[in-house]
Amino acid sequence: MAKLRVGVVSPEREIWSGEADMVIAKTVDGEIGIMPGHAPVLGVLVEGGVLRVKRDSESDLVAAVHGGFLSVADNDVSVLAEAAELGSEVDVAAAKDALQRAQASIEADQEDADARLEAKRAAARLRAAGEEV
Amino acid sequence: MGAQLRLLRRRIKSVKSTAKITRAQELIASSRIVKAQQRMHAAVPYEREITHAVSAVLSNTSSVDHPLTVAKEQPATAGVLIVTSDRGFCGGFNANVLREAEALKAHLSGRGLEVKPFVVGRKGITWHRFRSREMSGEWDGFSDNPSYGHAKEIADALISSFKEADGIDEIHVVYTEFVSMLTQEVVVKRILPLEVEETEATPETVMPYYEFEPTAGDVLDSLLPRYIESRIFNALLQSAASEHAARRRAMKSATDNANELISVFTRQMNQARQAEITQEISEIVGGANALADAAAGKE
Repeated sequence: MAKLRVGVVSPEREIWSGEADMVIAKTVDGEIGIMPGHAPVLGVLVEGGVLRVKRDSESDLVAAVHGGFLSVADNDVSVLAEAAELGSEVDVAAAKDALQRAQASIEADQEDADARLEAKRAAARLRAAGEEV
Repeated sequence: MGAQLRLLRRRIKSVKSTAKITRAQELIASSRIVKAQQRMHAAVPYEREITHAVSAVLSNTSSVDHPLTVAKEQPATAGVLIVTSDRGFCGGFNANVLREAEALKAHLSGRGLEVKPFVVGRKGITWHRFRSREMSGEWDGFSDNPSYGHAKEIADALISSFKEADGIDEIHVVYTEFVSMLTQEVVVKRILPLEVEETEATPETVMPYYEFEPTAGDVLDSLLPRYIESRIFNALLQSAASEHAARRRAMKSATDNANELISVFTRQMNQARQAEITQEISEIVGGANALADAAAGKE
């Protein structure tokens, strides 16, 4: 079966690239799963989403992806994230800490959009690291 | 004579200590160029992908009427983003950028546009302050190591000014492009209204027909600012690498000059010392002869 060529890039560096069987990402319309032979798609990713790359031989690659785009054409999948982090690279303690701080400021001020964003990001990082949120 | 000798010794000492400083600066700059180049290369995949995505959207939607891509019919003001460095010690680096910016300003004024400068880098900011010119935006403190956050900050300011009804109608950027270790070139580019640059464009390749999530307009809405951010980020990274390269070159020639001065002064000092010794000897010989003559006269 044909494989997908996947690249996960952020403005500062290339996070990961390689071959995969399936890519699952979350766009503003909802979750989207890409398998080889998918029609060309350009989607806007949500803030604080989790990207899952399924590979047959190895375990899934999971990354926290904040904002950005997903572009699929000709079995080439590129994920352009404003910021991204592999699940294995996440500092769980720091992310938990960030989540708690963000939640505290949300409780203090319901309108705090920055804190909400921060909470989303921290939650995504924790989910990418395999923690329950 | 002794005074001259002392003077030369003092000068040699001072030139030597200057040479030490410039040599250290040179070494620091050379090690940072490598890092700056790596960051430049690391940013390439993202840039390539986002350029590709923007061209894909623009080629798919036949009539793009996005405010960021449409040139205003009667542009009145132009914003110019000038990327300079925070620190000096880098030869003509900042002077070149500012000269080019002045030329652009003259050109834009010739077209009847009012020019608003947006300045990055302390050197550019002080240059404008010294001439008491008003700046529409200024950023400093990161010229040698810019992050994407900085580029985003600048892009946000530019885009919001662009969207305002009486804001700027065009955005140009003046920065130094890192061509190679030895060549850096000041370039002027227009970033808004958008001219999408396909870096490795092959006109024959037809863009596939994309589906959009949620819609082409929405995708474009969030894609274009990202594209502009990435262009600005690229300019900052290029400029940072160029700054280090310019500094390395300037410091290298300063060190070379200092070493040359030292050898010239050393030669002069030796000459002076030799002259002093010769004089002393001839004085002693003269004195001894005079004593001998006097003794011979007595006998």
